[in-house]
Amino acid sequence: MSDLPAGVERRRFDGDERLATRGEPVYGEPTDGEWRAWNPNRSKLGAMLALGMETGLEGGDDETVLYLGAASGTTVSHVADVAGPTYAVEFAARPVRDLLEAADSRPRLFPLLKDARKPETYAHVVERDVNVLVQDVATRGQARVALENRRFLADDGRLLLAVKARSEDVTREPAAVFADVREELAEEYELLESRRLDDYHADHLGIVARPL
Amino acid sequence: MTADSPADAGWFAGLDPEDGEALAASIADGSAPEPADWPARAVEAGFASDDEEYYDRLEAATTAATREAVERAERADDRQLVHAVRTMDDCTRTANELAERLAEWAGTIDPDAGAGVDYARELAGEEGRVDHPRVRSLAERIDALADEAEALREYVERETPTVAPNLAALAGPVLAARLISLAGGLENLAKKPSGTVQVLGAEDALFAHLRGHASSPKHGIIYTHDAVRGTHPDERGSASRALAGKLAIAARVDHYSGERKPELEAELEERIETIQVRTADGEDDGNGGDGE
Repeated sequence: MSDLPAGVERRRFDGDERLATRGEPVYGEPTDGEWRAWNPNRSKLGAMLALGMETGLEGGDDETVLYLGAASGTTVSHVADVAGPTYAVEFAARPVRDLLEAADSRPRLFPLLKDARKPETYAHVVERDVNVLVQDVATRGQARVALENRRFLADDGRLLLAVKARSEDVTREPAAVFADVREELAEEYELLESRRLDDYHADHLGIVARPL
Repeated sequence: MTADSPADAGWFAGLDPEDGEALAASIADGSAPEPADWPARAVEAGFASDDEEYYDRLEAATTAATREAVERAERADDRQLVHAVRTMDDCTRTANELAERLAEWAGTIDPDAGAGVDYARELAGEEGRVDHPRVRSLAERIDALADEAEALREYVERETPTVAPNLAALAGPVLAARLISLAGGLENLAKKPSGTVQVLGAEDALFAHLRGHASSPKHGIIYTHDAVRGTHPDERGSASRALAGKLAIAARVDHYSGERKPELEAELEERIETIQVRTADGEDDGNGGDGE
């Protein structure tokens, strides 16, 4: 089992041990004082941590994060609880309303209504050399998005990618889709670890990679 | 960002740290080919005294820009769409009715009288074709009504993807708007079971069936969708059921989350192909159902 990032702890909620971070609750998750449970069934990054993947996420005010596919802020709120400046990119307006609420109590969470497939539309805002690039976008061409956003990541940074097989092609075997994604990613990333997240998310693959 | 700012300029370049409006606009509309160490650049440029102040200003600007963009998107209202699509249908229907009346009247004075809205448009466009001010005026009104219907269709095609992106992608914008209209709004549509979505627009047939003197309708307005119309009549019940199921899901996603789910289109396509193959192969599995 790998070390958890600083600021993420295993704590007991109603008798069950669960991952938790400190911050204002966002999606009705159980709380214990200032701690709130991180639900791996609703968060791919939460699932990657719960499965013991070596994410390289360290936590701390100096750690910068670019999060692509922030949706309503479920996962990115936990990330902002433990990391420093966190840029949250989401393309759909409706979930961003909830993301704005999550950002209200998190002064270093920056919400951006932008398309992750067009990094030039937020490269004037997001700083270079971020420590962690988290990607959870439900669109075709997920590997391409990771390659396009390589420009933001520090050379010793980490890509934490959740690949949704059904977004690429519903008719193909997930294993075949994942193989293609791995191959395309290898153009610019060295894959350190990859694992099926099926315990928590059907037909998803979690990938940890570093830029070449 | 203005055209003369350097290509590598950050969102804050040349702006007053107190000018919230301009800063938010720069976040929303600006761009840069590559990122840079913006916090350090901003401190160098005197936009902020240190990183902490920079991030405070960034937070204020991103939140303001994003909130404004979200509010603008949400004003795209399903009620507007319902009015527009109903008006479009009214204009089309009225233009057709008046065109019938016109054909009847003009037939008595124009030896080359045709029928329909096309003939009305011809008359309206051609000076001196009929020497009767009232007939001519009627033709002009029909022409204008048909133009209005066309403009309303363009409006519906433009607005539906904002109000209901998944439904518009699956059904096409006009059918999506009709479904929302028949249900009385996106929320109402999102709450309907797929069996109801399947027969929306076939209420007469449905009630005849419920009264016990007709078979249950296979489809309502969704009949106009290619997935149904392009399927052999024997399998249209299956196709309608599959389509209605996906449409019901799309309406719920659009109403409750608003996120795009492109996999819905792919799933529908796959399902319809499977259904169409049954008749294309000349096979008949004989049970009339599809195991759902």
